[in-house]
Amino acid sequence: MKRLFPILSVLTAILLAYALYLALGKGTPTDALQGDVYRIIYYHVPSAWTAFLLFFINFGASVQYLARAKASRQAAAKWIVIAVGVVGTIAAFVPRVQQQLTSYGMRPSAMATTVLMIVALYFLVGWLFPGDRLDVLAVTTAEVGVVFCTIVLVTGPIWARPVWGIWWAPGDIRLTSTLVLWLIYVSYLVLRRFSNSAQTQMLAAALAVFGALDVPLVYFSIWFFRTQHPQPVIGGGGSMDPRMLHVLLINWMAFLCFAFLVCWSRFRLELLQREVEEAHAMESLAGADAASRASLPLSRSSK
Amino acid sequence: MNSMWAVMLATLVKDIRLEWRSKDALNSMLFFSLLVVVIFVFSFDPLAEESRHIVGGLVWIAFLFAAVVALNQTWARELRNQVLDAYRVSPAPANALFLAKALGNFIFVSVLEALMTPLFVIFYNLHVLGPAWQLIPIALLGTWALVVNGTFFAAMSLRTRSREIMLPLLLFPISIPAVLGMVAGTTAVLTGENSAHFYIVLLLTYDVVFTTACLALFETILHAE
Repeated sequence: MKRLFPILSVLTAILLAYALYLALGKGTPTDALQGDVYRIIYYHVPSAWTAFLLFFINFGASVQYLARAKASRQAAAKWIVIAVGVVGTIAAFVPRVQQQLTSYGMRPSAMATTVLMIVALYFLVGWLFPGDRLDVLAVTTAEVGVVFCTIVLVTGPIWARPVWGIWWAPGDIRLTSTLVLWLIYVSYLVLRRFSNSAQTQMLAAALAVFGALDVPLVYFSIWFFRTQHPQPVIGGGGSMDPRMLHVLLINWMAFLCFAFLVCWSRFRLELLQREVEEAHAMESLAGADAASRASLPLSRSSK
Repeated sequence: MNSMWAVMLATLVKDIRLEWRSKDALNSMLFFSLLVVVIFVFSFDPLAEESRHIVGGLVWIAFLFAAVVALNQTWARELRNQVLDAYRVSPAPANALFLAKALGNFIFVSVLEALMTPLFVIFYNLHVLGPAWQLIPIALLGTWALVVNGTFFAAMSLRTRSREIMLPLLLFPISIPAVLGMVAGTTAVLTGENSAHFYIVLLLTYDVVFTTACLALFETILHAE
């Protein structure tokens, strides 16, 4: 395992360099309307996908951490997720939904696969990270997710200024949802930082669930306004050049590898930190025990 | 179920009686929101025709910050003499305590709003152009949205260092859709330019979702060890 880390680091560095090389010119045409400014998309969009994926993993880990407390709750959570998977997969092939999806330029099979992959990811997280490791995973993904989300929020205005003429569009649905998501996860990290007690994990997990409930409501509330954002690239039936899409996906792969590496080292660091804290606690316990034993004969002799 | 109502009612009556005798939360909230109103009157020209467009935001900012003052005192009262620990070991249902606290805060903040609204009308020379009765469901649903999550997060921030700072940090990001619904709904009614129905539905959805979530998770938060 330890030897795998440097090998993977080198591979990621090579992949990132290659992706940058592709993004900056080789093999990708310049956008007809936007010129070279559009190239920021190769960093903006993969960062956004990576951040959302990490936040989703955080949500899955938090739900399972909360459910772990009671066997009945664990079973309930499991069956709810399975039901969501079954209903989502069947719903994708209902004629009315199918019509709706095709009007957005999406295929029913794509939606079914996405739903199934979400369910699989949820169970994979629970299976790979048993017990307290779920909480370690939640910290890791929240921290790395906030970093990627920050990249999204910074690169967005840089692109928007020359193309839209404004830095920020307050009524835009995806801008505002991403900002709120970022705010929620920053408050999540603040909660983690400010509460050092044994209950922190439980509180943080509850906050993550609240945040996940909040995001659809934000989306729904701003959906009322007209959205300015360019249509989704994948599954949106967008008019993107296939060469651009190819480079975009390579960039995403590079970003995913990078995120995985950072998460991995942060995960190990957090595990080590907890071990050290535990050892310190044990040591002070043992010390107190020895001290009380040593002081006992003294107090007797003094009498 | 019966015991739940009994516990809830007893806690609620106790809180209201305590508040009636001390008037701690209500007085500090009232004075605080009065200050906010006065500062806003100095910073914006209240005679301008646009005041109708901004006053929805100002009203709810004043109430939001005032509500945090009350919410911070909710649980602090129970920490003295280890009342909360006693509650934890007692077989009384945790949700009864939560509902009583949330309802108590709801009453306090509603009283504050009823007292402060005339002041806003006077200072900003308001007269409503849309259907005014719609302000009542917006105010009730909006207040519940603030208070139900606020009570929950106040219980959560009890376990943290500097808990008074912690509460707004946790509450405000989650409350963004509700605040948006309240502000945009109030503005829609005041200006009469568009319908507020969508915002009422949004607030109702928000209330249902988060009341359910709070009731489902409060026991875990109260007993978390």
